Amino acid sequence: MNMATAPVSGVPLIEGALVEGHWPEWFVASRQRGWEDFQKLPAPAAKDEKWRFSNVRALSLDAFRYPGAVADAAALTARSTGLGESAARFVFGNNRLLSATAPAADLVAAGLVIMTLEEAATKHADLVQKHFMAQEAKLGSAKYAALHRSGPINGVFIRVPKNLEVAQPIEIFHWVEGESSAVFPHTLVVCERHSKATVVDCFRSADGAPAFACGVNDLVVEEGAKLNYVAVQQWSPSSVAFHLNSTIVGRDASCLGMQVNLGGKFVRNENYSRMVSEGARSDMLSVNIASDEQMIDQRTFQDHAKPNATSDLLYQNALTGKGRTVFSGVIRVEPGAHKTDAYQKVRNIVLSDDAEANSMPGLEIEADDVRCTHGATTAQIDDRELFYLEARGIRPDAARQLLVMGFFNTVLDRLPDARLRGHIEGLVEARLTSALRS
Amino acid sequence: MSDTQTQLEIDREKGNFRYDVDYEFDAGTGLTEKTIDYICDVKGEPDWIREFRKDALRKFHEKPMPTHWASKDLENIVFDNIRYYLSQGQKPKRSWDEVPEDVKRTFERLGIPEQERKFLAGVEAQFDSEAAYSNIKEAVGKQGVIFVGSTEGLKEHPEIFRKWFGKVIPTGDNKFSALNSAAFSGGSFIYVPPGVKVSHPLQAYFRINAENFGQFERTLIIADEGAEVTYMEGCTAPKFDTATLHSAVVELVALKGAKIQYITVQNWSNNVFNLVTKRGLAMEDAEVKWIDCNIGSRLTMKYPGVVMKGRRARGEVISIALAGDGQHQDTGAKMIHAADDTTSNIVSKSISVGTGRATYRGMVNVPRHLKGCKNNTECDALLINTNSRTDTYPAITVRGTGNACQHEASVSQVSEEQIFYMQQRGLTEGQAMSLSVNGFINDLVREFPMEYSVELKRLIDLEMEGSVG
Repeated sequence: MNMATAPVSGVPLIEGALVEGHWPEWFVASRQRGWEDFQKLPAPAAKDEKWRFSNVRALSLDAFRYPGAVADAAALTARSTGLGESAARFVFGNNRLLSATAPAADLVAAGLVIMTLEEAATKHADLVQKHFMAQEAKLGSAKYAALHRSGPINGVFIRVPKNLEVAQPIEIFHWVEGESSAVFPHTLVVCERHSKATVVDCFRSADGAPAFACGVNDLVVEEGAKLNYVAVQQWSPSSVAFHLNSTIVGRDASCLGMQVNLGGKFVRNENYSRMVSEGARSDMLSVNIASDEQMIDQRTFQDHAKPNATSDLLYQNALTGKGRTVFSGVIRVEPGAHKTDAYQKVRNIVLSDDAEANSMPGLEIEADDVRCTHGATTAQIDDRELFYLEARGIRPDAARQLLVMGFFNTVLDRLPDARLRGHIEGLVEARLTSALRS
Repeated sequence: MSDTQTQLEIDREKGNFRYDVDYEFDAGTGLTEKTIDYICDVKGEPDWIREFRKDALRKFHEKPMPTHWASKDLENIVFDNIRYYLSQGQKPKRSWDEVPEDVKRTFERLGIPEQERKFLAGVEAQFDSEAAYSNIKEAVGKQGVIFVGSTEGLKEHPEIFRKWFGKVIPTGDNKFSALNSAAFSGGSFIYVPPGVKVSHPLQAYFRINAENFGQFERTLIIADEGAEVTYMEGCTAPKFDTATLHSAVVELVALKGAKIQYITVQNWSNNVFNLVTKRGLAMEDAEVKWIDCNIGSRLTMKYPGVVMKGRRARGEVISIALAGDGQHQDTGAKMIHAADDTTSNIVSKSISVGTGRATYRGMVNVPRHLKGCKNNTECDALLINTNSRTDTYPAITVRGTGNACQHEASVSQVSEEQIFYMQQRGLTEGQAMSLSVNGFINDLVREFPMEYSVELKRLIDLEMEGSVG
């Protein structure tokens, strides 16, 4: 396989990646290892417990190709609207950087680093090498993590220096364009001691073509730091997507991670949070809408390695059409991790007769002085609530929409930033409107 | 309680004794077609059973061990070292006087004849492969209730037996149901005619006496329309150094409007692998309720299930598990909703002591286009020592609108404040701990019949040798 600079368009995924750009040697070696692992690791089987209730037949990658550059970079940049004001904005299309708005000079002077992963792999080699995919993908998708490692990865490296608070969110857009294109977005965030930042990843399709996304994000939150990370997935409805997350939370640090799944045909999320020191806190949130024949398959892991840490998971799904969801979560308390406070809850609202919600909340507890609870509920819109709204002159479809948005508000309310919350709510509401109509 | 050297002592010693018995029939070790022929010949079984067994043996060999989700400890079972059939004769006695002395004294020591006189409508006592004693009270027999061993059932009541045998749990359901179908012997066959409500419980007592033995009892209970019956089973075995295998299949059929309650108090010694498949079929307006208490064994894997096949059928599982040092109680429940307006309830409480591990594994399934199905699941786990372990793995599938499922689980320890409060009032730490643990399971213990709940309380009467470290 040729690892040198070469045009990459049109090469089938299953033949291995040819990669553009200038990457340091360690990265090229890691990529080679990824490719070998990808070929070696077995494809998931239906009987595999980590793929229970999933649809492994949806995982054929034969059709997908490494895409060429997007047709109109300027147009996609123009379409990359989100929060309006942000600390920095990076736009990628088909694995290539389309545009970048650098952070303000004072933030740069204070030591804030935001650059492409390609640039950082050389300029901040030690940090990138230390944290890049440092956690093994344990929740079933090791093969696809290896594929990601082998691919033409692009994305952003963010280092928030000690004590710096970045008030505005940092926005990243990843676009995919063209039939059967494959993209490999990666976000690596290191929040150093007592720093604070908000990062928003937006995954979008430029057209309605089927695409393949294999994304990974590594979030490292050091002592006393606070990170809010939101991923809004809006791939085209015929796409296959993997989004694998690893979050490491240090002493008295906290991370709030939210996955919003609005697109895709088959979407697999794996969210892993590890509390590596006392006082760590991880909030794991997700809002999902599955309509038509969509499958949203989510696996989570709350790993309590040390005592006195907290994790709180809330995943909510609205299902309509022939939509299917899988939630499989584990709270693991390692021996000695006393005074752990862990919570896990999945709530499903089923809006059609052909939708199917699968819930597998799990606990693995090896310490006795803990408070660990989980819950799973599945229900539909309460007829009495619907009647109440209709009695007040609200049309049935509007009433249903209102009730489902009310259901989602429980999660959305947890976002600390009002503007961000409003933005996400708008996207969810628009998607819900079309899902309820279909 | 992390720094407390508290130990819970559970009365597991009650069944830990053994008298030597001469076996007239012994199929040797290992399971082959020859073993099956031997079992069929001594039991004088019809050909269709012989074929059924041989087919099951093939399925047993085909099926993999479920270690991709279950405990790796299963790999320690050496099927070739197990003795698959041991008995002193195939015909159970109707009177305790006729039961051979060496077998009778075992059951007397366990208190079975005494309990029978006091409060039971019928008793079957199984010793290794066959029932040594089986009898029901005359009044109950007159109502048309059949209560015999499985071999007697298949020979003397084929018209009812064959209709349901292997229908609730197909041979190939899992590796151990296949094993049981190949080697089954003993267990009960019960038929309750329409409208008959058996006022007192029927009881079976399962005893393993021989070392390296595998007990494969097979129970089939049919409650005809509007009938009601309560069945209780108890199990003990002496403690051997080698592993013993108990792998039962229990099938319940509750026809329209019938009610079956099945109560188990499992107190195997902790060298026993207890791998049991239990499932009930509930027709229209019928109710199947499993009340399951697991205290003994080395590894128990048991997930009683109810298939609610008729409208308004109801399924319930009440489960108590106590995992002590070296034990793994992997228990749970399966609820399959297959008709409208069916409801199910699962309440599970587990206590892990020392290095014990309690696992809840559940499955709730509400398929497409059903309306008005409801499930409620509650699992609570109590951890006593710092090295105790508990896991919860439910799987809930709901399709369509009009159904409601809720699952909740919590893990906690005995509250230090509670213990302190009780010690303030003069209780020792041990007494306080015991009271607190009994309080944790109290609402479930009350679901057991009086006689059993007293027994249970005594079994879990916790003797504390606690000293604050």
